[in-house]
Amino acid sequence: MTPEVHNPAPALLEMRGITKRYPGVVANDAISLEIRAGEIHALLGENGAGKTTLMNVLYGLAAPDEGEILMEGQAIKIASPHDAIERGISMVHQHFMLVPVLSVADNILLGDEPMKNLVFVDRSVASARIRELGASFGWEIDPERPVGQLSVGWQQRVEILKAIYRNAKVLVLDEPTAVLTPQETREIFGVLRRLKAEGYAIVFISHKLYEVLEIADTITVIRRGKVVGSREPAATNEDDLAELMVGREVQLTVDRGESHPAGRMLEVEGISVNDDRGREVVHDVSFEVHAGEIFGIAGVAGNGQDELVGAVTGLRRAHRGTIRLGGDDVTRADPRRLHKMGVGFVPGDRQRFGLVLSFPLADNLVLNDYYHAPYARGLVRDDDAILRAAEASIAKYDVRTPSATVPSQTLSGGNQQKLIVAREFEGDVRLLVLDQPTRGLDVGSIEFIHRQAVARRDTGVAILLISAELDEVLELSDRIGVMYRGRIVEVLDGRSASREEVGLLMATGGRTSGIQEQIVETAS
Amino acid sequence: MTAGARVVAALQRGRAVALVPALSIALALVIGAVIMILSSPLVSGEFDPTLPVTAYLAMLSGAFGSFDGVVRTLVNATPLVLAGLAVGIGFKAGLFNIGAQGQFLIGALTAAAAALALNDASPFVAIPVALLAGMLGGLLWGFVPGALKAYTGAHEVVVTIMMNYVALAVLSWAVSGPLRGQNVTFARTDDLVGASLPIFLGRDGHIGLLIAAVSVPLASWLLYRSTIGFEIRTTGANPDAARYAGMHPRKLIVFTMSLCGLLAGLAGASQLLGEVGYMTASFSTTVGFDAIAVALLGRAHPVGILFGALLFGAMQAGSGNMQILAGLPVQMVGVLQATILLVLTAEVVVRRLFRVQASGPELVELASVSRSYGGKGTG
Repeated sequence: MTPEVHNPAPALLEMRGITKRYPGVVANDAISLEIRAGEIHALLGENGAGKTTLMNVLYGLAAPDEGEILMEGQAIKIASPHDAIERGISMVHQHFMLVPVLSVADNILLGDEPMKNLVFVDRSVASARIRELGASFGWEIDPERPVGQLSVGWQQRVEILKAIYRNAKVLVLDEPTAVLTPQETREIFGVLRRLKAEGYAIVFISHKLYEVLEIADTITVIRRGKVVGSREPAATNEDDLAELMVGREVQLTVDRGESHPAGRMLEVEGISVNDDRGREVVHDVSFEVHAGEIFGIAGVAGNGQDELVGAVTGLRRAHRGTIRLGGDDVTRADPRRLHKMGVGFVPGDRQRFGLVLSFPLADNLVLNDYYHAPYARGLVRDDDAILRAAEASIAKYDVRTPSATVPSQTLSGGNQQKLIVAREFEGDVRLLVLDQPTRGLDVGSIEFIHRQAVARRDTGVAILLISAELDEVLELSDRIGVMYRGRIVEVLDGRSASREEVGLLMATGGRTSGIQEQIVETAS
Repeated sequence: MTAGARVVAALQRGRAVALVPALSIALALVIGAVIMILSSPLVSGEFDPTLPVTAYLAMLSGAFGSFDGVVRTLVNATPLVLAGLAVGIGFKAGLFNIGAQGQFLIGALTAAAAALALNDASPFVAIPVALLAGMLGGLLWGFVPGALKAYTGAHEVVVTIMMNYVALAVLSWAVSGPLRGQNVTFARTDDLVGASLPIFLGRDGHIGLLIAAVSVPLASWLLYRSTIGFEIRTTGANPDAARYAGMHPRKLIVFTMSLCGLLAGLAGASQLLGEVGYMTASFSTTVGFDAIAVALLGRAHPVGILFGALLFGAMQAGSGNMQILAGLPVQMVGVLQATILLVLTAEVVVRRLFRVQASGPELVELASVSRSYGGKGTG
């Protein structure tokens, strides 16, 4: 690699004037992009801006209507992922394309098995090469271990190894940090820098501003299918990028005044909860949420948060301890009773629990309230009342939809979440449980939902916020409980808690040990 | 939305939904024609490319060409409408009720038992009681798989298939044992004179026809206008969301399966009391199985089921005429029905062949068919 790799170097890969139209929308409108070897190129844009379409064109999953792709100056045709891999273009998808029951080696070989002869796969050679490749990154990888047993962070490494194993020159990572903890993110950034130094070209797709600023050499911002700007990290900042991305000025942090907590609304006392397999994953957890405050629970996903939420919202039963709402025992209350008592719940898996995707928006907006006036008289639904209420909610919560009668699956993720928020935030709500309320959403929707949450807090609603997104917890919470291995290990003041402090508790549970110091070192 | 706009919207939706079934029927008729031409040497000794035209015209005139033919079509469609609803409403709840056949048989049997007991009573008593008995028998045969599914997780497909055999065995036992008639030469009951359904239309248009006609709007109302229907559809489309919304998917599964059983039982009772007049061990027609095809053809929608049942009813009504005029055996109708079902389930092929885009959202109800084979359950 030459030192003047930055501009004079010819582009390894060039996309010129790529246009891709879908019925009714232009997903990519004459997008041009130059990707160089030894460079991390970030593609920044909101959900639905056209990032994924562009990368699908590059990976041969979508045929462009116009434009061309050049590799090392030569025009090439990419008609399928197979073509792309052949040309050295590899993609690490947001949702890993790994088969959990197969071993690391099998996953890496899948689709390109080295043959001993016409029938049998030559595994021993492959296995050794994978071990070797891993070692070159300082990873100790057991090629025979089933992928399902690996942590998410390691699965991602397997995906990256897979790309490298196939002699990729261009590596496309689609939102690679969405599923990682802050520590894992830092580690994967190390890997990316290393790949960059070895001359790989990396395309890093994200909508997280600070990450892009940290890792990228060039940032290309896409909005509504067009390139709206290109920046170098040194010459820009989060506000500038956010404005480019959204097309207007965005408030990245919510203006939240002092909280005025009143009496205890939710009291959780010593509850223990089992998971679906009957193992106890929440142990003796106690906390309370006051009216008019946001209590955030931070923690790496899978530390018992889902089961805790289940117990609080009536979807699961705590086998020990009590839960009280406004003084009433609701340990054994079902979702309907809780709803009647004023509990709103924005579920973490919005498509599984929050919506019936095939139903129209209007029906989804009355999912909890379909059975009583004004939406029903006796057993008869009042379609007009349902529709009128839906139209009002859609206007109030700015859900972008052609009408209230289209199926909710036609909406974007952000608008689907707004639909759920519109349903759960309305009415006589006393407690709101927000589970990963902004997971996978774009900046505009996140801003909207955060504002709504703070507004509800200020009207005296108690809010329990559970998020794997540490920044979200830090930004919104008046108090923060850190969950680690099924326990709340610490409760901190939301304003004074630092990112490092909470991150450390999330990773170690706060036990002082050598590991802890080590992580503090890497964190600072 | 005004009433007018609502009608227009419903028609547009109907067109989008009905397109694939309509194309499937057309394709099945073409395949049927090919089979007829290929088999024509067996009929007339040489290849006869006009045979399908003759056959289809004969079928058409048999089903609709005369007043009696039309009535025959309607009478044939009657049990298919009721049993079709028994399968279709199940689909809406995410359940694959293969047990309509068993529920149909048990409904007929309990109706027969009640009718025999009231053979000397006034028809005003005997008919309602016998129909009610049929509904209760069917309900019981639906309740059992529903309860097993809801509270033990036993798959309704497996349980209903097994209960079809149990129903058949119970039927044989009853007509050769406790319900066997006095002066009969084979295993059958006495004639059920007291509760036989009155004829009000043509030669054999019995009042079961009216029951089926009323059940379609009732089922529509239940599914789309009532809160229970909303719960049923929510449970079928997304059981997790139903639980989250405070509904009770387990109770709904039991309720829906019981309702399905009731409808299939009513179909059996109506068929027995309106058509046959006495119970035999060979009463087992294929109504309960044809109902699955009807429900799929009707896309699990009551109105669609009505059309599907009328089509099948007409094909059966016209089969005799087809045999006489075209020399094809009546079994050809079975071939056609099976082909329709085959083509319907291979929807992807139909779409590709006719270049039809998937019309918006998938029909989640029909997912319960594929889900029955090891996919995600509703438990």
